[in-house]
Amino acid sequence: MSARGAGLRGAIAIVGAAESTDLGKIPDKSALELHVDAALNALADCGLTPADVDGVASAGELPNDVADYLGIVPEYLDGTNVGGSSYMLHVRHAMAAISAGLCETVLVTHGESGRSRIGMTPWAPAPQSFMGQLEVPHGPVGAPSLFPMGVRRYMAEYGMTREQLALVPVVQRQWAAMNPRAKLRDPITVEDVFASPVIADPVHLLHCCLVTDGGGALVLTSAERARSLDLPQPPVYVLGAGESSESSVVSGLESLTSSRAIRIGGERALAQSGVAHADVDHLMIYDAFAHVPVYGLEDLGFVGRGEAPAFIEDGHTAPGGSLPMNTNGGGLSYTHTGMYGMFAIQESVRQVRGTAPAQVDGVDVSVCTGVGGMFMSSGTLVLGSAATL
Amino acid sequence: MKPVPLPTPDTQEWFDRIDAGELTVPRCTACASFFLHPRSSCPRCGARAVELIPAAGTGVLLSFVVNHRAPAGFEAPYALGVVALAEGPRLTGIVRTDAPDRLEVDAPVRVAFEERGERRVVCFELKEAGR
Ligand SMILES: [Zn+2]
Repeated sequence: MSARGAGLRGAIAIVGAAESTDLGKIPDKSALELHVDAALNALADCGLTPADVDGVASAGELPNDVADYLGIVPEYLDGTNVGGSSYMLHVRHAMAAISAGLCETVLVTHGESGRSRIGMTPWAPAPQSFMGQLEVPHGPVGAPSLFPMGVRRYMAEYGMTREQLALVPVVQRQWAAMNPRAKLRDPITVEDVFASPVIADPVHLLHCCLVTDGGGALVLTSAERARSLDLPQPPVYVLGAGESSESSVVSGLESLTSSRAIRIGGERALAQSGVAHADVDHLMIYDAFAHVPVYGLEDLGFVGRGEAPAFIEDGHTAPGGSLPMNTNGGGLSYTHTGMYGMFAIQESVRQVRGTAPAQVDGVDVSVCTGVGGMFMSSGTLVLGSAATL
Repeated sequence: MKPVPLPTPDTQEWFDRIDAGELTVPRCTACASFFLHPRSSCPRCGARAVELIPAAGTGVLLSFVVNHRAPAGFEAPYALGVVALAEGPRLTGIVRTDAPDRLEVDAPVRVAFEERGERRVVCFELKEAGR
């Protein structure tokens, strides 16, 4: 029996992909403008215009606002917002919608004024939300207190050392050093991580992602239509996609040392793609905090339970390693607007196209995984070049 | 001023009983599952038959962070942890201790309450040996 959705393998392609013109501190643009700036860049990337788009998906801003700003007359809207992994889900939903003939060309947009807070609704969990009722009264300092809550348990169960955790940002900075768009590029050591301010022990400042302004957008269409377009860049095919979710409060998660949502979404994506782990050339795992790629490597099945810290320590994910990971520098060093998932997809697309600043040789298959909230949601995409079809 | 929970109709009684100094754990009367967060139907079987059972008030500290920065009203450093209650479900709360950096995973804890105006908020204390 074939995997669920196996018939959609390679059915749609990412034909346009681009980030906002600037990244970092962009005080002269609102969050919605960052969506639009990225969208126009992505359309220019594939030689299309807003008039060619009949579907819009976005998170943070409403898809109807993005469509209206750009003058798009949509026949398909997706406002799925499950945090930073939303864009992986948008791609999966568009895969279904385009393949079912509900629409032809979907624009997925992200934009956030994470640093400058221009045009952003102030972030505060509603007092009546689960987080407002069950977490906020206990004094967390936002995500740095809540996201890494399980790290000590992970250390106790699997023997991860503080040095191993600190190596995650150290290795990612090695990739960032090769990327002129990365915000932080100077090499760092484990000692530098320990010397950075303690935020929520065992988490130091350098274990935490950046807070930046920026945007990104994708243009998706059927593989068939992609072949009929005169594209300046080769299409990148969606070979598989998966998604899942669980509790939005940390105490409600099935496990503190593993992400069920990453596990289920990843399994689904890899099964649909028919790609074996050994055939994955490049990996992106959302790194809002240093431990997230540790969990992700295990939950996606690239290593066994408890093996990720040693895998990273041995250099497998570093430049020259067997499984290059977070090659843009990641949320820890490249950029992190708040919902980073779009930037993980952008780097996967660049690597498959062969246009990344820190390009890995011969990337035909790239896997990218996003997470939302404190592991409350996850989406995984398996992207491939024409050679994988 | 430290924040207090603003309950919804399905969590009101659970929080009301905390305000009265009693921690309860929701249990499904159809399949006997304990669960948290509080809700009006069972996440295991879907039955709309939920009762609140008084908790034993003990548990173990599954994991924690030590906040060195604090929101308004809180004084750093303090340990914020996830506790597995004796009944199984988990809760987040502060673990009161003079030495948060010396806490360890799996430490036995018991439930306590912090007074906040007219409300109470669940927190935890280390359960010393022999008590
Ligand atoms: Zn039940």
